[in-house]
Amino acid sequence: MNSKDTEVLVLGIGNLLWADEGFGVRCVEALAAGWTLPPGVSVMDGGTQGLALLPYIQAARRLLVFDAIDYGLPPGTLKVVEGDEVPRFMGVKKMSLHQTGFQEVLMAAEMTAQPPEELVLIGVQPEELEDYGGSLRPIVRERVADALALALARLEAWGFPARPTAEPVALNDGSLAIERYEAERPSAEAACRIGDARFLPCIGT
Amino acid sequence: MGAYETQGFKLDNSGKRMVVDPICRIEGHLRVEVNLDSNNVIRNAVSTGTMWRGLEVILKGRDPRDAWAFTERICGVCTGTHALTSVRAVEDALGIQIPENANTIRNLMQLNLYIHDHLVHFYHLHALDWVDVVSALSADPKRTSELAQSISNWPLSSPGYFRDLQNRLKKFVESGQLGPFMNGYWGNPAYKLPPEANLMAVAHYLEALDFQKEIVKVHTIFGGKNPHPNWLVGGVPCPINVHDTGAVGALNMERLNLVKSIIDRCKEFVEQVYIPDLLAIASFYKGWLYGGGLSSQNVLSYGDIPEKANDYSPANLLLPRGAIVGGDLKTVHPVDLKDPAQIQEFVSHSWYKYADESKGLHPFDGVTEPNYKPEGKNFKGTRTKIEQLDEEAKYSWLKAPRWKGHAMEVGCLSRMLLGYVQPKQYPFIKDTIDAVLKKLDVPVTALFSTLGRTAARGIETLYCADLQVRQFDKLMAAIKAGDTATANISKWDPATWPKQANGAGFTEAPRGALGHWIKIKDTKIDNYQCVVPTTWNGSPRDPKGQIGAFEASLMNTPLAKADQPLEILRTIHSFDPCLACSTHVMSPDGAELATVKVR
Repeated sequence: MNSKDTEVLVLGIGNLLWADEGFGVRCVEALAAGWTLPPGVSVMDGGTQGLALLPYIQAARRLLVFDAIDYGLPPGTLKVVEGDEVPRFMGVKKMSLHQTGFQEVLMAAEMTAQPPEELVLIGVQPEELEDYGGSLRPIVRERVADALALALARLEAWGFPARPTAEPVALNDGSLAIERYEAERPSAEAACRIGDARFLPCIGT
Repeated sequence: MGAYETQGFKLDNSGKRMVVDPICRIEGHLRVEVNLDSNNVIRNAVSTGTMWRGLEVILKGRDPRDAWAFTERICGVCTGTHALTSVRAVEDALGIQIPENANTIRNLMQLNLYIHDHLVHFYHLHALDWVDVVSALSADPKRTSELAQSISNWPLSSPGYFRDLQNRLKKFVESGQLGPFMNGYWGNPAYKLPPEANLMAVAHYLEALDFQKEIVKVHTIFGGKNPHPNWLVGGVPCPINVHDTGAVGALNMERLNLVKSIIDRCKEFVEQVYIPDLLAIASFYKGWLYGGGLSSQNVLSYGDIPEKANDYSPANLLLPRGAIVGGDLKTVHPVDLKDPAQIQEFVSHSWYKYADESKGLHPFDGVTEPNYKPEGKNFKGTRTKIEQLDEEAKYSWLKAPRWKGHAMEVGCLSRMLLGYVQPKQYPFIKDTIDAVLKKLDVPVTALFSTLGRTAARGIETLYCADLQVRQFDKLMAAIKAGDTATANISKWDPATWPKQANGAGFTEAPRGALGHWIKIKDTKIDNYQCVVPTTWNGSPRDPKGQIGAFEASLMNTPLAKADQPLEILRTIHSFDPCLACSTHVMSPDGAELATVKVR
């Protein structure tokens, strides 16, 4: 029953419309843009998808996830979590809907007897999530390169070394690329930048 | 206000208040509060979306041709549906005609999404409201096999298959790793299935999880990638090149053959697993016909799946378009998204500000100015920790959309009802509904219920599986005749656009009517408004005190156990609610908000 078409799935999750929540997606974009990956490795922007990601996870022998995680550490801290620890970290402090969903997805992979054999989560402690339409904060954006280095080292250890590429691959539509996304953002006057006070404590006082 | 009557419902908020939060098992975030009388019957229901929606403002000043990529990010479930709605809005504004093949391919992607979404909904987001997982552990595998074989020819039905599965399930339960199965009120008397039916349903829950991997390939083939497929204003981004064997992204025979085999397998799975399960489960619940809400009065659908390209008139739509009002099934009213008097959003009970809140605003004139003020004499809690809402004040982040002033139900039941009352145009829908009613031996009024909504979703899936085959055949016939056009780029250059243009795009998302309204000025987006299906169904009250579909659907439902909101979850889940649209929830401790902690 365990048919694994993909040796390694590198998955970025989160919502790029919510400031540091976009970390996971920006990491996989940077990976696809800067590196040629050997056959057997696929890179995916999972966005905020839940169960729809299950088929890709079932098909993967090893799963490497980038995400913004509330570890309770200083903003910008990178932390790697592995194996059975991963679902726990993704569930305890939920920062967005996708994390509840993703925990369920890992469980569903388990239930269908097709979980990844190895699971690694490279997470960053976000600084800002409340900025709707905003981009990564500098302290988190700086960590993208470090997160990539961790991922590349892990890929190499698994026997899948990546090479710098001369032909960058754009994972997403050009309008979402971080430079255009930031440059074309409407002004604060035009675009309301606040949200639900019960979840976004900045306006809850 | 206190106690009052609206739309035939007597609302009374004097009884014991119960808060259910969150209400969605896997996707989305939604909260419901109800008042129970001394017999544990719901006499007042309050539905609130706990998040702020406004992708619109992110799009101001951007290129209209990019809007789809952003709207695809607002929802964790129906990415492609938002993207399709967005490109249609831009095409409508600019008068862009798309090629026939582009229309057919969009239809195939949309139908495929329906089948995927409805299957996931039935088995993974809703079945456990009817199926008791723990009871499945005590099933007899041999009798389960007999049951399965009596209702379907599906090959995975041997006693050994069910025995193995039951053992796997036992191991899972014993390890304490119930996963999605953890969320349940196992043993609640509102569960009616015998253990064998429960075990069969759990088996198919897992099979459906596995089957997803086939379905999603269709979006990858047509959209270039998944889960965020590519879209294009003016057509679809995949060229057709049948003589080619390996070009990246092009549709060749090998890929088309793969699509065909997936389409056939979808039909098989729906016919042999989904529908028999639905009928088997429904037969044990046909005495529980609560949850109809507004469906017997007001339903709305924008319609979808145009047979011919660029013709969005009702006669050309394979999913019906129209409105039924006041339960008059003989009259299907025409729906116009651009008529300022038809669709309007009110905010008298929403955390937004209008200059005059006694009036609604058409989406073209839509305003999204937050005004978060949880208050009222019955309000309890603080701004950051609400214990109880006051429905007489503002109480939701959802606006209240109305059609000609009426609260409407949208979604699969609305679409199937609109098909049912137009049998000449939709014989498949009419015949299938009649066959299901006959099989279950229930009257047509049974459709107006939670179970009716759940059955309508299954019937629609069957219909979509059939449409998928026919749309594919149409695509192949066109290709064989030499038509390989998939995009019209004659108006791609903004220099060809008028200085100002307004457009409305619509689809039927699996969970209901979805509209995007765009105003383009000097080649940039000047205003962009979305009205999503769960805003219709989950709408708060309006200035007249009219309740929305969720609130209406809970009225007069008795709870088997006052501290277990199983019936509430069952009914709300039957709408396939999705508040993931443009949401971001930051909850330090997810369960903290819950008064009744949903297990």
